[in-house]
Amino acid sequence: MTAGMELSPYAQSLGMHVAQMEDGLPLIACDAGELALGRPGFWHGGVIGGLLEIAALSAIRAKLGIDGKRLKTVNITVQFMRSAPAGRAFAIGTIERAGRRLVTVTAAAWQEDRNRHIASAQLTVLLTPED
Amino acid sequence: MDEKSETPGEIQTPYGKPFADYDMRAMMYHSGHGALLKQQFHALGENWVELALPWNAAIAIDAETGVLASGPVISLLDNATGMAAWQRRGMVLHQVTVDLRLDYLRAPTPGRMLIGRGECHGISGELSFVRGVAYEDSLDDPVARATGTYMLIGEPS
Repeated sequence: MTAGMELSPYAQSLGMHVAQMEDGLPLIACDAGELALGRPGFWHGGVIGGLLEIAALSAIRAKLGIDGKRLKTVNITVQFMRSAPAGRAFAIGTIERAGRRLVTVTAAAWQEDRNRHIASAQLTVLLTPED
Repeated sequence: MDEKSETPGEIQTPYGKPFADYDMRAMMYHSGHGALLKQQFHALGENWVELALPWNAAIAIDAETGVLASGPVISLLDNATGMAAWQRRGMVLHQVTVDLRLDYLRAPTPGRMLIGRGECHGISGELSFVRGVAYEDSLDDPVARATGTYMLIGEPS
């Protein structure tokens, strides 16, 4: 996987892209354009959730080499910690446990300061059988 | 998240007013994330609100299958449950989503409109506890269920 890893139509519609790889994990960046805003001047919570999910699924694709088509999100819990003014945000996933059928993954998002998260998420992802 | 505006810079704020006066039917999004999702009002009950999310290839997780990404479903249920919290309090107030969990019971059907129903099942001081369900034809065949928490805030900076 490279920084050119193709993201979903949803991610592309919002301008999400792989900024760089860190330890085999894609760092997803997104400049909140007009289409990403909720109340004027601030990121929509749903887009932050979407960014976290993209980071989590991309982490599984890149780190475990699994085709994105095999990934089914079973559940996602998003904790919103800070309001996020329009502008660039980053997110990266961490694989907590990779099983044969289920992967537990977390993701964190931040803006200027990597240690001040705007939101984090925990996901359970099901690996559907290979074709 | 819920202001409506015809043109950027001309925002009609609904805050501090009764929920009964909040014109959900006129809630057409022309700007912001709503312009991408094309989300709209669907129905209103005594203790629930429903918004609709039309299917759109631009918000799919996979270009080939056209299955919606989870981000738009989070947005749909975030907005529907947030409005349900206002409904329960009877007022449109400044609030933030503290957390939101979605369980996906099945994949949404490509090409189908998704309905998001939000309900506020309890309030405690500044906290509002909500649940939501996303479905196509029947509440008995849900795509996703959500549980979340909102908190009232003062005027946002």
